[in-house]
Amino acid sequence: MATAADGRFLAGGHALLPSLKQRLDHPSDLIDPGAIAELRGVTKAGGILTIGAMTPHADVANSAVVRASIPALADLAAGIGDPQVRNRATLGGSVAGNPTADYPAALLGLGATIHTDRRQIRADDFFVGTSKTALGRGEIVTAVAFPVPEKAAYAKFSGLASRYAIAGVFVGKSSKGVRVAVTGAGACVFRDLDMENALAADFAPRAIDGLRIPVSGLRSDRHASAEYRAHLIGVMARRAVAACR
Amino acid sequence: MPSVSMIVNGKPVSAAIEARTLLVQFLRETLRLTGTHVGCDTSQCGACVVNVDGRSVKSCTMLAVQAEGAQIATIEGLAQGDRLHPMQEAFREHHGLQCGFCTSGMVMGALDLVRGSPDPSEHQIREWLEGNLCRCTGYHNIVKSIAAGAKAMRG
Repeated sequence: MATAADGRFLAGGHALLPSLKQRLDHPSDLIDPGAIAELRGVTKAGGILTIGAMTPHADVANSAVVRASIPALADLAAGIGDPQVRNRATLGGSVAGNPTADYPAALLGLGATIHTDRRQIRADDFFVGTSKTALGRGEIVTAVAFPVPEKAAYAKFSGLASRYAIAGVFVGKSSKGVRVAVTGAGACVFRDLDMENALAADFAPRAIDGLRIPVSGLRSDRHASAEYRAHLIGVMARRAVAACR
Repeated sequence: MPSVSMIVNGKPVSAAIEARTLLVQFLRETLRLTGTHVGCDTSQCGACVVNVDGRSVKSCTMLAVQAEGAQIATIEGLAQGDRLHPMQEAFREHHGLQCGFCTSGMVMGALDLVRGSPDPSEHQIREWLEGNLCRCTGYHNIVKSIAAGAKAMRG
């Protein structure tokens, strides 16, 4: 990577290869870390669940450790794309390559920490804009550490063709408070602090009733208008709170 | 050009290919195994599904060089001579195909399902088919075929 003019890490390839086919990206080199066993797998120690960056979604969905400690995360992984996509696409690729995918909502909603080959970055500081993360040139995500919450859940409304979330909401409740992360609806995953405050006072779907979800900053495209996305955020948030376990 | 080696349907193969060659192109154009189809080329339709080290994947969204050293199974490797694989036979018996374009991907995906769940429920089968599109059958007969194929494979 250090010698590549404009290299990219190729993880499961389910975001990068489609973008190459569409000529949206023109890297000089692709580096495939797929053979590095240390980047794969799930470990749990002291209330922290750590998942290797090259772990495919299917392995997270089927992991007994993930299912037992953060069932919301296993459910989220089981709901990404389709079985074949889940067999290839990885946590690291989803986190580094697509800030509107499902996983970024879990990272933000659980207050996870992203481990790279150089440092550790809090999820709050990691997702910074459209297709932008805090990663430096040539920096690779090696793992993500998720603090185990009291309860959490993810609810999304998927696009019919791509299966990407038109709006997805991850709700996590821990001793540090309530976090509500919204993905798919804006240019980048974001937290909804009004909902967090409302849920901190009363952790029930009714707490969100009557909250106005700001439309500004939300995406409008052929799948949904910004107004519709704002409405969906409220609906998905209520569903997520109701499903929290 | 980089060289790539893998085991396809039990046979070792290697070839010098352009680095950008997709696995499906390698199978169809280099090895002439044209039973694996390209439908959408956008990882949605599942016509290109093959099994890589036992797991079903969309071969239009994987580079051939990423399959270096892997065991690949395609539809051509299933039948033994004139005898169809039980999953293929179930599709024939239960009219699980009409035009047949999606069928090889359906069958290869079904084998991965059965690997993890030898006795899948109808719900599991329908969920599993999320990434395999069929525009002819309406899926009912495909679901029946997979259930019957799984049963036949249990013996």
